Amino acid sequence: MTTTTLLALILILAAAGWILGRRRALAMVEGDQRQLHSLPNYYGWQVAIFVMVPAFALLALWLAIQPFAVNMGISDMIPEERVAQAGSRALVMADVRRLAGGLDTAQAAGVLTAEEARGLSVEANDIRDRLAQAGVALGSAVDAVTLRAAQRYRQLAGWGDLARNIAVIVVAVAGFALAFRAIAPAFRARNTVERAVRYLLIFAAFIAVLTTVGIFLSLIFNTVKFLGLYPAEDFFLGLNWNPSFSGRGGGSELGILPLLWGTLYISFVALVVAVPIGLMAAIYLAEYASKKVRTYAKPALEILAGIPTIVYGLFALVTVGPLLVDVFGRGGLLGVNWMQGGTAVMTAGLVMGIMLIPFVSSLSDDIINSVPQSMRDGSLGIGATHSETVRQVVMPAALPGIVGAVLLAASRAIGETMIVVLGAGAAARLSLNPFDAMTTVTAKIVSQLTGDSDFSSPEALVAFALGITLFVITLGLNVFALYIVRRYREQYE
Amino acid sequence: MTDATQGAPFPASRPTRSILSEDARTRKRNAAERRFKMYGMAALGVGIVFLVLLLTTIVRNGIPAFTQTFIVLEVPLPEATLDPNGERLEADLKKVSTFGYNPLIEQALIEATADIPTEIEDGDLDKILSASAGAILRNTVIADPSVIGTLQEFELLASSRVDGYLKGRVERADLARDNNLDAAHLDLIDVMVERGDVERRFNWQFVLGSDASESRPEQAGIGVSMIGSFFMMLVVLGLSLPIGVAASIYLEEFAPQNRLTDIIEVNISNLAAVPSIVFGILGLAAFIQFAHLPQSAPLVGGLTLTLMTLPTIVISTRAALKSVPPSIRDAALGVGASKMQSVFHHVLPLAMPGILTGTIIGLAQALGETAPLLLIGMVGFIASNYPDGVAEGFLSPNSAMPAQIYEWAKRADPAYYERAWGGIIVLLLFLLTMNLIAVLLRRRFERRW
Repeated sequence: MTTTTLLALILILAAAGWILGRRRALAMVEGDQRQLHSLPNYYGWQVAIFVMVPAFALLALWLAIQPFAVNMGISDMIPEERVAQAGSRALVMADVRRLAGGLDTAQAAGVLTAEEARGLSVEANDIRDRLAQAGVALGSAVDAVTLRAAQRYRQLAGWGDLARNIAVIVVAVAGFALAFRAIAPAFRARNTVERAVRYLLIFAAFIAVLTTVGIFLSLIFNTVKFLGLYPAEDFFLGLNWNPSFSGRGGGSELGILPLLWGTLYISFVALVVAVPIGLMAAIYLAEYASKKVRTYAKPALEILAGIPTIVYGLFALVTVGPLLVDVFGRGGLLGVNWMQGGTAVMTAGLVMGIMLIPFVSSLSDDIINSVPQSMRDGSLGIGATHSETVRQVVMPAALPGIVGAVLLAASRAIGETMIVVLGAGAAARLSLNPFDAMTTVTAKIVSQLTGDSDFSSPEALVAFALGITLFVITLGLNVFALYIVRRYREQYE
Repeated sequence: MTDATQGAPFPASRPTRSILSEDARTRKRNAAERRFKMYGMAALGVGIVFLVLLLTTIVRNGIPAFTQTFIVLEVPLPEATLDPNGERLEADLKKVSTFGYNPLIEQALIEATADIPTEIEDGDLDKILSASAGAILRNTVIADPSVIGTLQEFELLASSRVDGYLKGRVERADLARDNNLDAAHLDLIDVMVERGDVERRFNWQFVLGSDASESRPEQAGIGVSMIGSFFMMLVVLGLSLPIGVAASIYLEEFAPQNRLTDIIEVNISNLAAVPSIVFGILGLAAFIQFAHLPQSAPLVGGLTLTLMTLPTIVISTRAALKSVPPSIRDAALGVGASKMQSVFHHVLPLAMPGILTGTIIGLAQALGETAPLLLIGMVGFIASNYPDGVAEGFLSPNSAMPAQIYEWAKRADPAYYERAWGGIIVLLLFLLTMNLIAVLLRRRFERRW
C-alpha cells in the first residue's frame, strides 16, 4: 500500500466518521436537536478530527524517521574499503538507494517478478541491462556489495512500510472508536472542535517562525561546513575573489570584501538616484499636487514598483548599458574612455535607482502625510512660504521616518539580485571607477549555486556564507529602520 | 511701552512702501518657492519619464517577437527516399531521420530559386531556412503517410537572421562577420519577398510553443514555461491562501498579548523584507538538499514562493480583518455564537474581498519573481516538453516565465533578446490582468462602515 492510498484511506475513514458521528448524535436525542449541547455537525467533525489528527501525525513522524532508521540498518553492511573507493559513505548509500528504487520500478513495470528481484545475483544476471528494460538507467555496473545492501534496503523498507500501514490504520480506527463512544447529548463537541481549530490556526501562524528558523538553520549548517573547509579570516578579510572552476581542485580565493564593495557601491549609486527623485516627488505629491495629479501620478509611479526585477535587469543589459557606453565609452559623446563594456556599477545602480523611486516616494509620502496639519498651519500662519514650511517644519518633523524609508530602500538595494546579475558584470574588483564592471554578493550566490547539486566543495558552500552575510546585513537594516519608523509614528499618534 | 521704543517710533531703515509691492527679499523668497515647486515637479516628471521609457522599450523591442517570417516552399516527397518498402508502416517512416529530409528541402529550394540569379552555392541555400524545417516535414509525413509521393506546400520558418533582416534587426553590414548568412542571401530574400514566397504573420509558436536550442531562436516559445508558472501559482495559491488566512485570523482575533505573539509578528514583518534570493537558498537547502524533492520541479518553486508570499498575504489579510467593525463580532456573540463561529461565519466573509485582493497582489509578485528560481534549478536547461499530466506538471522539471526570460537574456544570439522582450510582454500582460482583477474586486466589494 502506498502512502497515497493510505492517505485516501484515512480520509475515507474520516468522512465516514463525520457522517456516522452526526447520525449517532441525532439518533441519541431522536432528532430533537435542542437537546444536544452542540450542533449535530460538530459531533461529526469531532469524530473526523479524532481520526485524522493522530493518524496524520504518526504518518508524518514515521515518514521522517524511517529513512534514517533504514540507512542505519544497512550502513554497517558497507565495508570501509568500498567507502574509501567511492569517496564518501553518502555516495555509496546514494548508489544503494538508486539500485533499490530501480528494482522496485522494474518490479512494478513487470520486467522482474518479486522472486526474481529478490534472487538477483551479480554473477548470474546483467542487472543494468534488466533495469534498462524498465527504463531505469544506472550509472555504473552493480557490484555485489551494493546489490546485497540494496536487497537489505528493500527488505527493511518493506517491513517498515508494512508496520507503518498497520500502525497508522490502528491509530485511525482507535481514534474513531474513542470519539464515537464519547458522543452523548451533553458532550461539548463544539468546544473540542474549536480547540482543534484553534491549534490549527496557531500552527499556521507559527509557519512564519518556522521559515525564519529554516533560513537560519540552512544558512548556518552550510556556513559552518564551509568554514571547516576554508579559513574564516580569508573569507571575511580576503581581498580577492577568484574561485577555481575545477570544483574540488582547491586554490580558490574566496574573499568577500570585493563583493561587499561592489554591493555597497551599486547600492550607493542606486540611492543617489532614488532618494532625491523619490523624496522630491513625494513632497510634491503630498504638499503641492492637485487632487487630479495625485490620482494619476501616484499609481503611475507605483507601476514602476510592480514591474518584475527581471525586466529591469534586461533593461539594464540591453538598453541602459549600451546607452552609457555611447556616452562614456571609447569614441562616445564625451570623448572619454571610462567605460569598457555595457555592464558596470553605473548601469546597475542607475536602473536599480529607477526601481527604488516608487519605494522611496510612497514610504515618504505616507510619512509626510502623517505630520500633523497644525504644524503646517502654524508655520504658514507666521508668514513662512510653503517651501519654507516644508523645508524647515515638515522635513525636520518627518526626518526620522524618512531616514527609516531610506534604510529600507538600502536594504532592498543590497538584496536585489536580477538587476546586478544582468547589469553589473561578473568580475569581482576593488575599484573606484563607477564605470567599471563589478559584482555583488547576490550575483555571486547565483553563479556559485546555479546548476549545482553537489554541496561539498567550498566553491558551492561559499554561497551559503555569502547568504548569511547578506541576511544579517539586510535584517539589521530592516530591524533598525522599522524601529526608527515605529518610534517616529508613536511621536505623532 | 518700554524705553527702547520711545526714542524712535519707527526704525529709520524701514522702507515706507505698500506691502502689496514685493521687496527684494520677498522676491527672493518667492523665487525660492517657485524653484522648490519646480524641483518637485521635475522629480515627479523624471519618474514618469522613466516609466514611459521603460514601457516603450519593452513594447518596441518585444512586439517583433510576436510575428515571425515564414518561407512558402513546395517540397516533393518521393516515395523512394521516404518509404522504400512502400508499406507506409510507421516504423519504416520513422527510420528516415530529420537529416534524411534535408536534401529534399535543399532540392526544393534550388528549384524554387532557379530563376533568380544568385552567386550562392547550392549547398548554402538552406541557410535561409530554420534548422527545424526537416523536423516539420518529418512530422507531417509521419502524421499523414498519404502525402508521400505528392508535391506538398510547406510554410517553413525562416532562419533567425532572415527574420531579423526583415524586422530591421539585422543589417547587411552585420553579416560581414557572420558565417551563418551572406549578403547574397538577403538579395535572394528581397526577390522572394517581392514574389510573395516570404510572409510574416502572427507567431503562435512563440506564445504557445516550447523553448528551442541555442542555435534556433526562431523556434523558441514561452508556452511550456507558462505551464510551469501556472503549476507554481497553483501551489502558491493552494498553500499560501489557507495558511496566510489562518495565521492572520489567529494573530488578529485570538492571539493573547504576550511574548510569543510579539515574536510571531516581528518575524512576519522581517520576513517581508528578506531578500528573495535568501528564500531561494532556503528552498535549495530545505526542499532539495534535505527533503530530496526533485530539482527544477514547479512544486519546489511553488513551495519556495509560498514562503516568500506568506508575509504579503498575512499583512493584507490582517488589514482586511481589522477593517470589519467590532459591532459585527459583538452582534454575533450576542446571539450566542462562539468566538470561532463569529469569526468564521461573519467576520471572514465580510473581509473576503480584501483578502482576495491581497492574495492576487501577492500572487502577481510571486509570478514575476526570478531570483529564488535560479537557485532551485529552474533555468539552464531547455524546456522543450509539455508535462504529460497533472502529477508531471508539478514534479517534472520545467521552467517558469521569468526564469525563461532570464535564460534567453543570457544567450549570445541577439535574436534571443527579442524573445526575452516578447516574453516580458506576455508576463506583464498576466500581471496587468491580475492587478486589474484586484482593483475591480476592491472597487466592487469595498465597503465603508
